[in-house]
Amino acid sequence: MRAAFFGGIYNNYIGLEEALADARRRGAERLFCLGDVGGFGPHPDRSIESLRKAQVEMVQGNYDDAVGNAREDCGCGYTDPRDNHFARLSYAYTLDKTSAGHRPWLAGLPPQLSVELGGTRLHLVHGSPRQQNEFLWESTAPDAFLERLCVEAGADVLLCTHTGIHWQRQLPSGRRVVNVGALGRPANDGRTCVWYAFLDTEAETAPPFCFIPLAYDHQRLAREMRAEKLPEEFVETVLTGWWTTCLEILPSKERLRGRF
Amino acid sequence: MKSDVPESRATEAVARGPRVPFRWMDTLWVQVTGTLCNIACQHCFISCGPKATQIPVMGVDEVQRALDQGRDAGVRHVYFTGGEPFLHPELQSLVARALDVAALTIVTNGILLDDDTVRWLAGAFERSRNALDLRVSLDGMTAAQNDSVRGRGTFAEIVAALQRLGAGGFSPVVTVVEHEQGLEGAEARARFLDFVRGLGIRQPRVKFLPLLRIGREARRSEGYADRLGDEALLPAVESSLLCATGRCFTAQGVYTCPILVEDASARLGASVAEASRGIRLGWAACQTCVLDGLRCNT
Ligand code: SF4
Ligand code: SF4
Ligand SMILES: [Fe+2]
Repeated sequence: MRAAFFGGIYNNYIGLEEALADARRRGAERLFCLGDVGGFGPHPDRSIESLRKAQVEMVQGNYDDAVGNAREDCGCGYTDPRDNHFARLSYAYTLDKTSAGHRPWLAGLPPQLSVELGGTRLHLVHGSPRQQNEFLWESTAPDAFLERLCVEAGADVLLCTHTGIHWQRQLPSGRRVVNVGALGRPANDGRTCVWYAFLDTEAETAPPFCFIPLAYDHQRLAREMRAEKLPEEFVETVLTGWWTTCLEILPSKERLRGRF
Repeated sequence: MKSDVPESRATEAVARGPRVPFRWMDTLWVQVTGTLCNIACQHCFISCGPKATQIPVMGVDEVQRALDQGRDAGVRHVYFTGGEPFLHPELQSLVARALDVAALTIVTNGILLDDDTVRWLAGAFERSRNALDLRVSLDGMTAAQNDSVRGRGTFAEIVAALQRLGAGGFSPVVTVVEHEQGLEGAEARARFLDFVRGLGIRQPRVKFLPLLRIGREARRSEGYADRLGDEALLPAVESSLLCATGRCFTAQGVYTCPILVEDASARLGASVAEASRGIRLGWAACQTCVLDGLRCNT
């Protein structure tokens, strides 16, 4: 059994189309998205339409809950005034540009998904099983804490996104946690590609999950973001692979790897 | 164990105020050096100082016991506090032990961070998968502003320590207590960030903390006139309180939070398990958490 797991799309419909094609080429029989369709990039309807057309199995992200229910803010959970300033700009844009017809779909997405693939119980969430906007960073998610989350969720493998940086770890009990990363923006590593997670339960090589770097037409995304008058700071991230906003929520280890 | 609080008042304190259910054992505070500190700030919310031994220093085994209990509870973050954690003679060992369990933040005044200390900290940071963070308190951008509360000469010492940390590749969180006007707001924040960047810290992080009017600070300002009523808190407020998701381990037992370690009525038991239960916010200082938004989520 092969399956692809996409993290936050953040309106990068160009990257999403590329990912759908890439996953199918690799033989994915099931496609999952762990939520946050909107934010950051341009033309929110396009990503929603691609996901719906491809019948991607969805988990609701905080952004989907916010846009679907027209909430006051995106619920990203930032704590810094500058981060919040940029979060407000992108939320206002996405909220304004998402068609009314798509909102019930966003609002009705399930917050968690349990599936069994090849005898393994996977539990899919956006942030964490207990909180839709909880950040599971590698350096602040110690083993004992993750074991607790997995036990409570009844999961052999816990899959999440929300942070935008992918990582995975096998826990002492044999359980596994996979942060699938994001399709919407680069991983703050100075590369313009974006990432998703791929499972092959019959793979010869361990672990069964791997991360796929995905090149896409990021120049075109940048052009469209500029045409939509989205903040130049966001465009810079697309073009350089370095985050320029949402920096205050990064733990020091993850942040020191970045440029800003 | 020592207590300044008569038994009757202790009972009264915990039997009133809004209820806060215990959500998760996410954060384990460990008061490794008790009340022992190398300085004696006027606004210290526990009366710490060079001769303050009312809460003793914890032994290595005791800290290990706290960490083991934290691990059993699935803890996410450990915070070392005091007093001043760098006064602990076995701190290197304690840091290694804590990083084996969870992400670690050391809350420090920075003064004892000499070159050797910064070097071994940098090594520990490199080696560990779990995050190691430092929180250094500085209470102004000038000696006049800072030294008025932290003591003469401390500004220069803290600034020098921050420079050493910056040179060592660290990005400490600089905490600022809003002990006087002009230290709050977006503009003050921006100026403070620039100031810290100017000390050679590449990715400065600044956190402003509201003033807690207990401990020694109660003598400087007026303390608290009132307490919280019994009304339920807003869910968003309730869930963000330190005491909703953490407990503080000291040489004298486990307390609701690191703020109330000098108040016997805030002692919830001898172990993390015993202390993992809901409380009522009957303490005066709770007003600052609830009304001024004392949080620890950065
Ligand atoms: S505020 Fe901190 S540095 Fe100052 S006396 Fe208290 S514990 Fe020591
Ligand atoms: S002082 Fe603050 S953290 Fe401590 S019990 Fe009161 S509200 Fe909770
Ligand atoms: Fe999210």
